[in-house]
Formats: sequence, structure tokens, C-alpha cells
Amino acid sequence: MYSKTRLAKWYMQFDDDEKQKLIEEVHAVVTVRDAKHTNFVEFRNFKIIYRRYAGLYFCICVDVTDNNLAYLEGIHNFVEVLNEYFHNVCELDLVFNFYKVYTVVDEMFLAGEIRETSQTKVLKQLLMLQSLE
Amino acid sequence: MSFLDAGIEFAFSFDQLYDRLQSMPAPIRLRELIRTIRTARTQAEEREMIQKECAAIRSSFREEDHTYRCRNVAKLLYMHMLGYPAHFGQLECLKLIASQKFTDKRIGYLGAMLLLDERQDVHLLMTNCIKNDLNHSTQYVQGLALCTLGCMGSAEMCRDLAGEVEKLLKTSNSYLRKKAALCAVHVIRKVPELMEMFLPATKNLLSEKNHGVLHTSVVLLTEMCERSPDMLAHFRKNEKLVPQLVRILKNLIMSGYSPEHDVSGISDPFLQVRILRLLRILGRNDDDSSEAMNDILAQVATNTETSKNVGNAILYETVLTIMDIKSESGLRVLAINILGRFLLNNDKNIRYVALTSLLKTVQTDHNAVQRHRSTIVDCLKDLDVSIKRRAMELSFALVNGNNIRGMMKELLHFLDSCDPEFKADCASGIFLAAEKYAPSKRWHIDTIMRVLTTAGSYVRDDCVPNLIQLITNSVEIHSYTVQRLYKALLDDISQQPLVQVSSWCIGEYGDLLVSGQCEEEEPIQVTEDEVLDVLEGLLASNLSSPVTRGYALTAVMKLSTRFSSVNRIKKVVSVYGSSIDVELQQRAVEYNALFKKYDHMRSALLERMPIMEKTATNGPTEMVQTNGEAEPSGLESKHPPSITQPASQANDLLDLLGGNDVAPVIQTTPAAKPASAGGELLDLLGDLSLSGDPAPQVPVSQPSFLLDGVSSQPLFNDVAAGIPPMTAYNKNGLKIEFTFERSNTNPNIAIITIHASNHTETEMTNFVFQAAVPKTFQLQLLSPSSNVIPALNQGAVTQVIKILNPQKHQLRMRIKLTYTHKGSPLQDLAEVNSFPPQSWQ
Repeated sequence: MYSKTRLAKWYMQFDDDEKQKLIEEVHAVVTVRDAKHTNFVEFRNFKIIYRRYAGLYFCICVDVTDNNLAYLEGIHNFVEVLNEYFHNVCELDLVFNFYKVYTVVDEMFLAGEIRETSQTKVLKQLLMLQSLE
Repeated sequence: MSFLDAGIEFAFSFDQLYDRLQSMPAPIRLRELIRTIRTARTQAEEREMIQKECAAIRSSFREEDHTYRCRNVAKLLYMHMLGYPAHFGQLECLKLIASQKFTDKRIGYLGAMLLLDERQDVHLLMTNCIKNDLNHSTQYVQGLALCTLGCMGSAEMCRDLAGEVEKLLKTSNSYLRKKAALCAVHVIRKVPELMEMFLPATKNLLSEKNHGVLHTSVVLLTEMCERSPDMLAHFRKNEKLVPQLVRILKNLIMSGYSPEHDVSGISDPFLQVRILRLLRILGRNDDDSSEAMNDILAQVATNTETSKNVGNAILYETVLTIMDIKSESGLRVLAINILGRFLLNNDKNIRYVALTSLLKTVQTDHNAVQRHRSTIVDCLKDLDVSIKRRAMELSFALVNGNNIRGMMKELLHFLDSCDPEFKADCASGIFLAAEKYAPSKRWHIDTIMRVLTTAGSYVRDDCVPNLIQLITNSVEIHSYTVQRLYKALLDDISQQPLVQVSSWCIGEYGDLLVSGQCEEEEPIQVTEDEVLDVLEGLLASNLSSPVTRGYALTAVMKLSTRFSSVNRIKKVVSVYGSSIDVELQQRAVEYNALFKKYDHMRSALLERMPIMEKTATNGPTEMVQTNGEAEPSGLESKHPPSITQPASQANDLLDLLGGNDVAPVIQTTPAAKPASAGGELLDLLGDLSLSGDPAPQVPVSQPSFLLDGVSSQPLFNDVAAGIPPMTAYNKNGLKIEFTFERSNTNPNIAIITIHASNHTETEMTNFVFQAAVPKTFQLQLLSPSSNVIPALNQGAVTQVIKILNPQKHQLRMRIKLTYTHKGSPLQDLAEVNSFPPQSWQ
């Protein structure tokens, strides 16, 4: 199965080849799972929380001590914002506007933690930033 | 027109042409590029396009083109995301950051975050730019700078810019405060010493109304408390953090609907979760704080909506907090009940999370978790692998004396149907549980049989000796055991551990099998020939591993003393004397030798195994050293092995040396490794000394050195050193003489041969000679030539003793003699002290 990365945000330091290797590993682990598996996978000494939306997998890699269910909600929050911002987002939107997607990520996450959770606030900020272009 | 004029005109037009060629077309837009690349049908085509574009971009960079730099870098980033190298764009990113336009800066910072990392020197150049931008008039630029610093700032950058971040933490602009807080988190992670700097700024963080700021502040405080116990103490006492957090949490729960932060009807669940987490850290190991938060925890636990994942996320965090702090027992029970409810939830994520937590708490709150046992056992049937694994571990943790029967039924059922990756762990777990809580020996054996027949090939290797030891010790049900194992063997010979245990048992208890007596169940009618058929079948079958074949051959051999059809056994043994398998061949040859030359010893050798003591707590390797494995491999030695003395005799000998009542252990040396010199060495004494104060230690040493000087001859052939013999004992007609030799190869070894003769008129039967030496010596007793001393000095019984005397102490010995004379058993003790000096110096 050939999978492409549409977006990758790193909050720890890795070389380019280390990053590539990690991405491949995550792909391998996550794509073999189906509906009867839980949304959590143990990965090295972390864990991955993932959720599948149509053809896209959204994966977050967190410490073992973090709250799985809360981060699952975080993913959904993020996806809902994307949906609002791009008006019924589809994969192509993410491809052609990748730099805007990074902006959304940076509005909601920082330094590896959730930063802003209010969807309305985030959308307001994004529109402001857009007007500056 | 003159020639010169024509030339100049030509030159002019050439210049114009040249100019036109110089101004290249504007670089294509990002969108165009993406569209073009997506039309590529093969990897090679895509690569070609990318290379072409990269070349164009490179020349554009060389021209220092400001207008299109942003566009070019954006395209470069896209190509980088596809996996192509883009480092030539790094400096361009810096130039973009330094530009005044917002769009430039934005792409520049993005490029920096994607392309640069700590390990490149280039990124240090960014520091100045970021510093300027942190003080920029537009908050969005400041935001960009904070973001970049917070995502990939190196330690040096953090050190330089920490002051700026701290300033921004105190600003009134909530947009910036949020970013600054998380940026501070990153700074602290990179440079923990700077934590102190942010302390004053945290004073007012929690009085903010803005949720975003609250959230990030809580994160910042969490990070500080986790990293430094001093900070933790400070926040507890001085800042009265706990009451503040409790108040905020209360407001969140009580307040009505707030559209901004609402998720499925719960207001700002993310903030709630983070506050609960901080409370956990504050309350850990601290009674006062724990007490202060009891109420709010109970409130959250009972009032939160559980219909959606959001509510459950909060409940989960609450449960984690309750279990970690010093909460009162009522609260803990509440927490476990919440977990129990999670187990019944349809959502498998929640079940998974519940099982993980229960596993952590089962040690401390065992009774409370027991209440949910049936639900946990149901989870064994779940479809998800990780849930099944956790349910299995939890089930094993919950097994106790009361529920063993029910639980075992479920676990055995699970063993039948689970994936192969689980079977080994499950089998080991079942064995352990059965050992601890078995209600009866018969139940224990039944359970083991069930495991062996269902998951036999996955059972771990160390289980076989453990099982053998268990079976040996369950004396009263030997016949039942061997019968069941025999029946199992008839059905299926493919599972090696089962076959090994069965053949061992048949070898030991074959006589019980054919005698047709069995108390526990209907005895089956089996003839000796049928049994031998089965064992021969094992030897010949392709399914049997070499180890199994070894077991089978030894079993056949043992039956020679228990069955009457000795000829058949002799035939089998001699056939395998020429087997290709070296191990099998060696055994067969030795057994053959046993038939031919040492037939008189055969019955003693192949006696029933005594009850084995466990030498260490559940140590499987120690088991291997005792008789369980030793017997089959003990016979591999090239020397006539000594008699396996039953436990009672060792007991008596220990009495010999001071009347201690240590539980006797027969330790045959670890002869399970065929490589060792083998020969069952009776290490009778270990640390016991003649002075009679015993060290009740179990001897573990391997005195294989004692066989150093010995060749393949049955006895030694060292040159006699001409040491004078001595009479060690002479009483009641029994005379024992010692003759000495020193080993050629090891000067510390003395070899004593005893000659026991009898000048009464009746013979002495069942003669047994035992000896004990002081602590600094080591002694090995080889087998006697016979145990009947004929009357009137018509013959003597000889036996070889080897003594190792590394410290060259004076040799002393106590001997014990037992024999039957004129129908009555006699025994005597004596001390032998007057050894000739040449025997020990």
C-alpha cells in the first residue's frame, strides 16, 4: 500500500532520514488496522492516537502518560476547524493549500501541546491572517 | 551604409535580443506547479519535472530576485514535502524572514520550521530576526516569531531570547500571552535552568478569564511542577494553587452553555482535563492538597455526561487523578466503579483505556477490582488484540484461591481459541496460577494435561522439568497420571512437551499402567507390548524431536526393570546403538553396556525417582539440576555412574555429622549438560564440617575436577605412589582396608580403594558404605563392586573414594556402615584419623 504524507509537524529534533524512517514506520503500523481495533497503538516508547477520515489518517504521537481520549477529541477539534476554514474540506484542499494548513496547525498546537481549543477563536484568527496576505 | 555602421546596427539589435533573452519568464505559480506535478504518471516523470523546476528556482535565487522569492520558496517547500532535497533554499528562508512583508515572513518562518533544525549552523542566524520580530508592532508577526521559537528553538536560541518571551508573558494581549506561555514551556524543556525566570510571570496567569490563556498557563504550570520538586512545593504552599484550580474547575462545570468552548455540551473539556492533570501532580503524596480536592473530584466524577467520548475523556482523567493522590477510600471505590462501567461501554477505545488503568490498580485495590471480574473475563472474547492481552494479564492478576476453578475454565477456553502469540504467555500464566492455588492435586494434573493437549507446542521449555517434578511429588495419583498421559499419547504425538512428559511418566510408572489399578478413574487394560509399541513408535516417528527421542529411549530402558519383556527392550536398545543421531547412539550403547556388564546394578540404577525438593523458589534452572533431567543424561557418562541413593540415606549421613535436621537434598551435579564430566556425584556434605556445626546450605558446586585424572577405563589408572595401606575398621568380623593412590594429573586428589571383607561364617548382604570428610575437602564415592560380602574372606567388596584436598589439610574421615548379617540389620559409625601422610600432603 502506497501512502503519501500530506502534512508532518515535528516537535522533536530528528534528521531527515530519521524523519523518513519514522514516517514509514507509522504508516506501516496504522494502515493495517481496521474498525475492530482501538484508536491507540503502542509505538517505540510512545503511543500513537489516530483517527481515520475518509482516505486520510490523522495521527498524533504522544507520551505514554497522556490521556488517549482527550487527544482523540483534539484531533476531531482540529478536523472540524479545517472543515470550517476550507468549507467542506477535501484532500485536494490540503494539498494545494499546504502552507495554510500549517498555519491552522500552528494556531491550535504549539511546542507539542494543544494551544487553542475554541474553534470560533481559531477561525477568527485565521481569517485575520488571511486578510494580511 | 559603411561597414562600421552595419556592424554597430548589428551590435544594437544583438543587444536588444540579448536583453529579451535575459528577462526570463516569471516563475510559475505554486498552484501551477502542484497541478503539473500531479499529472505525472510515473515516479521518473515526476522526478524530471521536479529537477527542472529546482533548476529554475536555483537560478532565480542566484539573481536575488525579491519579488518572486516567496513564491519560489513555497514551491520548494512543496517539493520538500514530497521527499526531495531542498537545502539550497535554507538561506533564502532567512532572507524572507528578514523581509518586511508579512507574506514573506510567513513563508520564511514556515520554511525555517520545515527545512532547518538545530544541527545546522544556519539557524543561529535566525536569532536576531526573531528577536526583532518579537518586538514588532504587529501582533501577528510577534505570533509568528513565538511560534517558530516554540517549535524548533535550540538551546542557545532559547537562552538568548528567554527574556523576550518572559516579557510577552506579561503583556495584556491574550493572543500573545497564549503563545508566549507555550513558548516558555519549550524553553524550559530545552534549558531547565531558566525555569526560575518565568516564576514571577506566573503569578497572575490563573486569574485570566480567557480560556486560551488559562489553558496554556495550566500547561506551563504543569511543566514547571513536573520538572522541579521545589517549584512544586512552592506552588502548593505559597501560591495556593489548589484552591484556585478547584475554583476554576467548579466554574467550568457549573456555568451554563458557553458556545465558544463547548464540545458536545461540555464546556471546554480540554481545559478540564489539563486542570485535573495538574491537580494530580499537586496532590500526589500530599495529604492537605488531596483533601482540598476531594469534593471537586467527586463532583466531576458524578456529574459528567458519559454518553459521548468527551465526557469519558474527562472521567478518565479524573479516575487517574483519584488513584494517584491520597484520596479517601470512598472516592477510590467510586473511581473503580467508573472503570467498571467503562468496561461495559460499546466503544472499544474506552474499554481499552479502562483495562489499562485497572491493571495498574489491581495491586493496591484488589478487592474493588475483583467485583468486576466477570466483565473482565468477558473481555477475553473481544476482537481487538490489545484488549485481549490486557484482559488476560488482568485475569491472571485476579486469580485467587476462591475463584480458581471458575477462572481456570475461562482461561483454558481462552487458550483454546486465542492467537498463537498469546499461547506461550497464557500457558505459563496458567501453570503459575495452578501451582499457587490448585484445590487438589488431581485438579492440578488435569489442568496441566488440558494445557498440554491444547497448546502443547507453545509451552515454554522450562515447563517440562517443572511438570515432571510436580508429577513425581504427587505420589498418590501416579497411576491416574500415567494413565491419562498414556491415553493422550495414543491420540496425538505431535506436541513435543506433552510427549516428553508422557514418555518420562511411562518410563517411571509403566508398571502401574499395566497393572490396571487406578483409584481415580476406570483403569484401562494395557499390555506391556502395547506400551512398548507406543514408545517404539515415538522413536521411529518423524514428528519426534531429538530430545523427545532421548526421553523415549530412556523410558524404554527404565521399563526393563519394571516389565518382564526384557528381551524386546534389549533388542530396541541394541538397534539404536547404530543410530545416526549421536545422542541417541550414545545412550543406546551405554544401556547396552548396562545389560551386558553391569546387569547387577541395573535395578538399583533404574529405581523409582525420590521426591524432589525445590531448591530455590520456582527457579526452573535449578530444577534441571535435580534428578528430573539428570537421570536420562546422567547415564551418558563414560563411567559407571554411582547409585542414586534415596533421600533417607543422605539424611542419615547428615546425622552422622552432628545431628542437624536439615531437609536433605540430593543434588546430583548439573549433569543435565552432557558436556560436563557427568557421572552422578554425590555431594553428600557441602558445607558440613566434622565439628558438628552445620551450615544447612544446599551444595551447588560442580566438582567435575574429581574426574580429571580418570580415563575411559572404568577405574583410574594412575601410577600408584607406593603409599602404605591401612586398616580403617575392624569389628564384628567386618574388616575394611584402605589402599591409596595419588592422581597423576592432579596432585590434590587422593584415590582410596576400600576393601571390605568378612571373616564370619555368614555372608553380609545389603552392605552400604558411606563416608564424610571435613569442610575443606571434597569427596566423591564411586559405585561398589557389589553389596554382598561373601563369608569367610572368600571375596571382598571394593569401592573407590576420591578426595580433593586443595588446602593440604590432614585427612580425617567418618564412616558409616550398614549391612544385614544373619538376618538382622546392623549399622556402625567410626572415625578414621590415622591416614598416612603421603595420602594427603
